[in-house]
Amino acid sequence: MSAHAETAHHGPASGISRWILTTNHKDIGTMYLVFSLLMLFVGGSMAFVIRAELFQPGLQMVMPEFFNQMTTMHGLIMVFGAVMPAFVGLANWQIPLMIGAPDMALPRLNNLSFWILPFAFAMLLSTLLMPGGAPDFGWTFYAPLSTTYAPPSVTFFIFAIHMMGISSILGAINVVVTIFNMRAPGMKLMDMPLFVWTWLITAFLLIAVMPVLAAVVTMMLMDVHFGTSFFNAAGGGDPVLFQHVFWFFAHPEVYIMVLPAFGVISQIVPTFARKPLFGYHSMVYATAAIAVMSFIVWAHHMFTVGMPLAGELFFMYTTMLIAVPTGVKVFNWISTMFRGSMTFETPMLFAIAFIVLFTIGGLSGLMLAIAPADFQYHDTYFVVAHFHYVLVPGSVFGIIAGVYYWLPKWCGKMYDEKLGQWHFWLSFIGVNLTFFPMHFVGLAGMPRRIPDYALQFADFNMITSIGAFLFGTTQLLFVYILVKTVRSGKPAEQLPWDGAQGLEWSVPTPAPYHTFSTPPVVGDK
Amino acid sequence: MKRWLNPTTPGGLIAIVVLMFGFGFMLVPLYDVFCEVTGLNGKTGGPYQGEASNTEAVNERQVTVQFVANRNANLPWDFAPEQEEITLQIGERKQTAFYVSNTYDHAVVAQAIPSVSPAQAADYLNKVECFCFQQQPLQAGEQKGFPLVFFIDPELPEDITKLTLSYTLFDISDRAAADGY
Repeated sequence: MSAHAETAHHGPASGISRWILTTNHKDIGTMYLVFSLLMLFVGGSMAFVIRAELFQPGLQMVMPEFFNQMTTMHGLIMVFGAVMPAFVGLANWQIPLMIGAPDMALPRLNNLSFWILPFAFAMLLSTLLMPGGAPDFGWTFYAPLSTTYAPPSVTFFIFAIHMMGISSILGAINVVVTIFNMRAPGMKLMDMPLFVWTWLITAFLLIAVMPVLAAVVTMMLMDVHFGTSFFNAAGGGDPVLFQHVFWFFAHPEVYIMVLPAFGVISQIVPTFARKPLFGYHSMVYATAAIAVMSFIVWAHHMFTVGMPLAGELFFMYTTMLIAVPTGVKVFNWISTMFRGSMTFETPMLFAIAFIVLFTIGGLSGLMLAIAPADFQYHDTYFVVAHFHYVLVPGSVFGIIAGVYYWLPKWCGKMYDEKLGQWHFWLSFIGVNLTFFPMHFVGLAGMPRRIPDYALQFADFNMITSIGAFLFGTTQLLFVYILVKTVRSGKPAEQLPWDGAQGLEWSVPTPAPYHTFSTPPVVGDK
Repeated sequence: MKRWLNPTTPGGLIAIVVLMFGFGFMLVPLYDVFCEVTGLNGKTGGPYQGEASNTEAVNERQVTVQFVANRNANLPWDFAPEQEEITLQIGERKQTAFYVSNTYDHAVVAQAIPSVSPAQAADYLNKVECFCFQQQPLQAGEQKGFPLVFFIDPELPEDITKLTLSYTLFDISDRAAADGY
């Protein structure tokens, strides 16, 4: 990242080949993070199109067909292009540093799993220019919308999903192997920092469910091109089967997108409360419990497809049960802060906002879990409000908090605290202005994925659009802060945060290109 | 533990990936078995294999069966049941028909997909003969009556007094041509 990196042994290669050929976990982590930031803006500009169209009732800006392509591509890019690679980037940077390993266990595989991504997303984005347009069936690509009635570009969508899946699986294999085999001598599993724990569990989720996603898109491919009838009723298949297989993947997927954020928050809160994390063991067990339970709740996404009462009740109760381990985590974060010597630097602000706003998202999730009530909420903006509350001030704030927290160690420079505070407050106001009114229009019955709406929703939609423009433009400030830090930030101290604990803070600032060539000694000395 | 089963090594993890990819496909038969065992989804079985029911009523209980004909994707064909509904005694064998006319100027192949509502009744509606068991070729402009012979199993739960048998007609000409029909 800078000339300072060249300390021990040899430094990075020069020029573009450094980035193409690198097997260094820090370089690959940086590439993942930059890539996901780029995708955040690509997906964000699609959200701009959506919110501009919904600024007023009626059709002003885009045709409904293009609106559908925007909602679909926005969802796919944000899920697979922004949030997931950002967490893999954090994992690449932090896991070796936090467990005292010199690098990831499988560095060449690491390079491959990153470099698949630009090609996968180039393929996905190229569908926008194809005849018939980009995929327009929603990010959940329900059959038969995505098979019988799909635009021709669906084949490119399927292969793009396959490539993203391979990238995620390879990345997850690397994380698991690294954590099990490369911990510093003396570091037991229960000594690992929580970010490492949450990533270990996330990696197992990825390994378990990404192949199911691959299977479901393969079935789609066969239905579209090879005359099979997995999801075609005319040939004896069943479109509802698609929803079952898809959500068997996609429910664990939503925890894949939030568990690493739990880990980041569990690192940041103790630092700025200057207290050890409250209930470390219960945090680990709660994370594992959430992961296990995520496999038996999938049908709560499809309460309205027609299920027997026993099925509705089973999925309703198991879903509500997930609130228990999640509640344990929120309780532990609050207890960590309780009577701590708290300071409110930017990472801590994002972390506290995460706890508050993620809990709001969790509460609306609990409302959606009530099967009889879900019939009213299903496919309305209430659902959109719910999952944006857990994904934006949840996952995205978790990522931003992690970046601010570890940035001084990564590049050896301190970000501008005043600008960071501005970034936080504008994001916080923007995110609530955007997504809170969606609860109201959703409860009043405004359907999602429709480019027009009834007049009574006009005011709240205008507020939402203004909030979205504020939130989106604020992220340009984030880019400015990052660039300013790297180019002209004040040198960071060896320990930038005085409450910070852990091996990652023991390496010099900035972290040299190669760290822990000799393993550190941890545990009982 | 065998090395390739060890979930801390790349080999073991790849084995999990392969297994889960297979599991994704396994969900297809599992889903069918699950629906069959629980009678979910309103799917009816194939031709009735038990001993043929007598045409006499074996039971005084009466049930109303309603017939619904749907055309998938708004096919411009005419498709309608002969009778909107039939009231029959349990165990009594009845014959009715559905009429279809191909309004296209070319030959087509049609397939009807049945569904019973409430779904719990699906297992008790026994079809001795049904046009839905085969693909149905229709010449250009051809009109045809499709026969349906069925009876209601005496085991039908007491609380069900009315059930709906709906058929959705699909145009599967492309698919049938590919199969060399």
